[in-house]
Amino acid sequence: MPEKNVAMALNDLLLQKKSDILDRWRDQVFASYAPETVRFLRSQKDRFANPIAYQLNRGLTGILEVFLEEAEAEQIMGHLDEVIRLKAIQEASPSRALAFLFLLKTIIREELAPQANDPAFAAELSELESRLDGLALLGFDVFMQRRERLHEVRVSEIKRKVGALLRRLGMGDEFFEEPSGEE
Amino acid sequence: MDFFKRHFLVPLIAVLGLIAIAYVGVAANLQFVFGVVIPYLAVLIFFEGLIYRAISWARSPVPFKIPSTCAQVKSLPWIKRDLGDRLDNPENKWWAMGRMALEILAFRSLFRNTRTTLLRDQEKPEDSRLVHWSYKWLWLGALAFHYAFLIVILRHIRFFTQPVPQWVTALAEVDGFVQFYIPTVYITGVLMVLALLYLLARRIYTPNLRYISLAADYFPLLLIISIGITGILMRYFYKVDIAAVKQLAVGLATLKPVVPAGIGSIFYVHLFLVCVLFAYFPFSKLMHAPGVFFSPTRNLPGDNRWNLHVNPWNYPVKFHDYMHQEDEYREAMIEAGIPVEKEK
Amino acid sequence: MAKLPTPAELIQINYQMPSKGWMDLKAEMRPGYYVNAAAPKWMQMIDYPFPRAWNVADEDWQLPEDWKERVLQGMEDRLQRFRSLKLFFDICVRCGACADKCHFFLGTGDPKNMPVLRAELLRSVYRRYFKTAGKLLGELAGARDLTDDVIKEWFYYLYQCTICRRCSVFCPYGIDMAEMTILGRELLASVGINIDWALASVAQCYDKGSHIGATPQAFKDMVDFLAEENERITGITTPCPVNRKGAEILFVVPSGDYFADPGSYTFMGYLLLFKYLDLDFTMSTYAAEGGNFGWFISHEMGKRLNAKIYEEAKRLKVKWILGGECGHMWRVCNQYMPTWWGPIDFLEEPVSPITGTKFENAKVHKMVHISEFTADLFKHGKLKVDPQRNAHIKLTFHDSCNTSRGMGIFEEPRYIINQVLPEGHFFEMPPNTIREKTFCCGSSSGINANENMDIRMLGGLPRANAVKYVHEKYGVNHLGCICALDRATLPTLLQYWVPEVEITGITELVGNALVFDDEIERTTDLRDRPLAGFEEADEEEGAE
Repeated sequence: MPEKNVAMALNDLLLQKKSDILDRWRDQVFASYAPETVRFLRSQKDRFANPIAYQLNRGLTGILEVFLEEAEAEQIMGHLDEVIRLKAIQEASPSRALAFLFLLKTIIREELAPQANDPAFAAELSELESRLDGLALLGFDVFMQRRERLHEVRVSEIKRKVGALLRRLGMGDEFFEEPSGEE
Repeated sequence: MDFFKRHFLVPLIAVLGLIAIAYVGVAANLQFVFGVVIPYLAVLIFFEGLIYRAISWARSPVPFKIPSTCAQVKSLPWIKRDLGDRLDNPENKWWAMGRMALEILAFRSLFRNTRTTLLRDQEKPEDSRLVHWSYKWLWLGALAFHYAFLIVILRHIRFFTQPVPQWVTALAEVDGFVQFYIPTVYITGVLMVLALLYLLARRIYTPNLRYISLAADYFPLLLIISIGITGILMRYFYKVDIAAVKQLAVGLATLKPVVPAGIGSIFYVHLFLVCVLFAYFPFSKLMHAPGVFFSPTRNLPGDNRWNLHVNPWNYPVKFHDYMHQEDEYREAMIEAGIPVEKEK
Repeated sequence: MAKLPTPAELIQINYQMPSKGWMDLKAEMRPGYYVNAAAPKWMQMIDYPFPRAWNVADEDWQLPEDWKERVLQGMEDRLQRFRSLKLFFDICVRCGACADKCHFFLGTGDPKNMPVLRAELLRSVYRRYFKTAGKLLGELAGARDLTDDVIKEWFYYLYQCTICRRCSVFCPYGIDMAEMTILGRELLASVGINIDWALASVAQCYDKGSHIGATPQAFKDMVDFLAEENERITGITTPCPVNRKGAEILFVVPSGDYFADPGSYTFMGYLLLFKYLDLDFTMSTYAAEGGNFGWFISHEMGKRLNAKIYEEAKRLKVKWILGGECGHMWRVCNQYMPTWWGPIDFLEEPVSPITGTKFENAKVHKMVHISEFTADLFKHGKLKVDPQRNAHIKLTFHDSCNTSRGMGIFEEPRYIINQVLPEGHFFEMPPNTIREKTFCCGSSSGINANENMDIRMLGGLPRANAVKYVHEKYGVNHLGCICALDRATLPTLLQYWVPEVEITGITELVGNALVFDDEIERTTDLRDRPLAGFEEADEEEGAE
């Protein structure tokens, strides 16, 4: 089964290059911050003195790991969330917030440049590309979830602000829940 | 030219220019100007500027007692406060003086730069442990520079006194304790220049520091580095006539100025840069040295609740009194069973 | 037609230092990062100058004709009245020790959020108009003209500072950004630039008595309701006297404690505690607000709102004042209140009626912190508690900036926590994120509005990150605090970053644990959540 062998080879290749890919990816993501900040993000490794870098690092590592292991969508959502929960409030628009996923695509393509024109890899490559596209699409889901979460926290803060008053009026949490269809 | 270049190159050129001025001045036989007139002028400006600035600060009152409380406040008698707590949140002016002493002599606040690092065990990531280490390079560099500078200044007393006080000689001997070169190398002189180079490098190479640094940050660094280097050059390489230098210095100190012949130009360069430093000091950020004594977040005790602080410009303000509320809501208040002053 | 951008272009990867210095970089007013401009009606209520309808996003902020003179005159006045300002303007050496200590810098990475640079935004103007070098050399001396762009920049960044003082702890000269921020905000207010959230709270508090603007009868209704809740859950009647003359103690809390959740549960804890002690206390409809948003916008407004506390203590003829769990209320009380009004000779030196302890540390101020009061009770063995009732709680403690760096209360709440929690249920966050190095909630100082949620979540990231650490490592599920603003804003923050962790006041835990002789069997805590060991009973009930 030559096809299977090729697939193995391509995956192995990427796994071998994993730490390079991760380094390049992380560097490019960090580089999107103000230049005065980039060095700080890169140099300060302390999780508590540098939460942005910690958060990004944790997410990017997770995404790449799970992606290369061809894991399930659910698994990758959590890792995407690590990065996107930050990007969703740091960046002004979804295009900027999610650009980091497309950077990975470019990096992988560059890393696989020698194999790009090899017909033996063609099928595998195109599958890889669509998986990258899938990853990006999931990113949009997570982005929307995060922006929605931001609205949720707004609403629940307003409710909490007069929370005791609402309870006084008999308007507890149940009051705001949507009536279920059965009733 | 970008912001950094402007703010770095202008002071650099200025310092080089100052060196050139002294050099040219001496070549033009202006020894009296550079050896007597300018030093007197510089010292005059220094003291007058210093006093002016100190008075200007002192004239603004301290309306509120706002120490940064960096430890448990004195409260219930059984709540333990160790020595560190008492110094970081002083309960009276004596402890506040202790806090100031620690701040000034040991740079307490800079020392606080601790970081916590999470070391990941590669084999067992779940066994990560917290390791505390300190990020104290800035503290160390600053401390090294300031103490070295202080000792260098004290050592210079031997030029201005005759006979030289015992303690100055002793200080110099300790400073030159490690003998590996003739003449004896004073450790502090070298240390001072190295510490300054570290502080300069840090400013240039840390991007966020470079971003905030102004010409006023580079100029004193470059100036003092040049003073240090000319001093070192003069002592170890281009030797000058020490006896003549001493004659000049003692003359200045005793207000009977003489200009002995035959002192090398490098001495005048050194002296001129020192004069510039003196004259520049009161108008610059170097005033942090006297300024720290005035800092209301450090020099006041955290005793507001048991020791009244008076604001000299305290003034009455407009506010609604209780009757404003009662007049507006009296009926509703009575109905709700809230006691009122006037039942209508 | 414009070329479509590549991903790299989109996130503007840029390895070059900007050729423009920070002085020439205009602040971009980003939605989600700023609080809306104050509505004119609030400004009129408190006689603030230049009330007008304007919008932060507008190009023209409709500044008064002579805005520049006013700002400069205001700066000069303040330089003459505050040594702190003059000194902090003069002696900074830009060593950078503070740079990475600010939670807003750590969360956003925006260089102008480094405290040193935030201060330079003001300093550069000071140099330009008050220093010879700045007048002569301009930019080279770190000076720049005061333009309307500078005003906008001040507005943007001075309202991205929570006056938390973390930078001042690390500064070798004790330079305190908080001081400069408050005075800078005063300058902005002098030309009619205010934020709506803070001004609304201030105006309502000024006019009606509390930030929320509740009427006296609504206040009474709320505290009675919370007392009833206590009775429902514990079987104990916990009356809350209001405006009662001749009581021994006037009790003052921030309004968040009786209107908002989860502060209301802390309030229930207060009432249970006072009932347990049969304390002779009263609350007041006039001094119904301990919190002080006024101080967030100016020293004078702080004083105008603070006036009510002593006024009411005098009218009700109490002996001393007890203050609830609140951060900035206590910073104001500690740093300013005695100086504003002292000497206070119409009150007595506070003495605990239960233990006889003289609170000598409050002999001038005449006001005691609830944590001091409660810790003293525990120390004298006056409270019988069952820590198992808090067994469902694994706690970490968040030191509030204001009580930490503006007062120094660290040990009392921890002492209480150890009395009311079962052993092994309390976990500290890492050392450089607590005590005097504590990270701010990111929403204090009047910026806990709804429209700037993005920046609040980023400013709170360092705090949330440390909470997440203890949550993951020890299974911490509650974060305790002695601050009402924390109780208002940290639930929001953690709902975004660490939704598994809830917020609780310390007196709420005391209320849970207090054992009364004649109480009904407790199966839930004050929030109606089943106690450890009663989870199933609750489920069965639910199933019926």
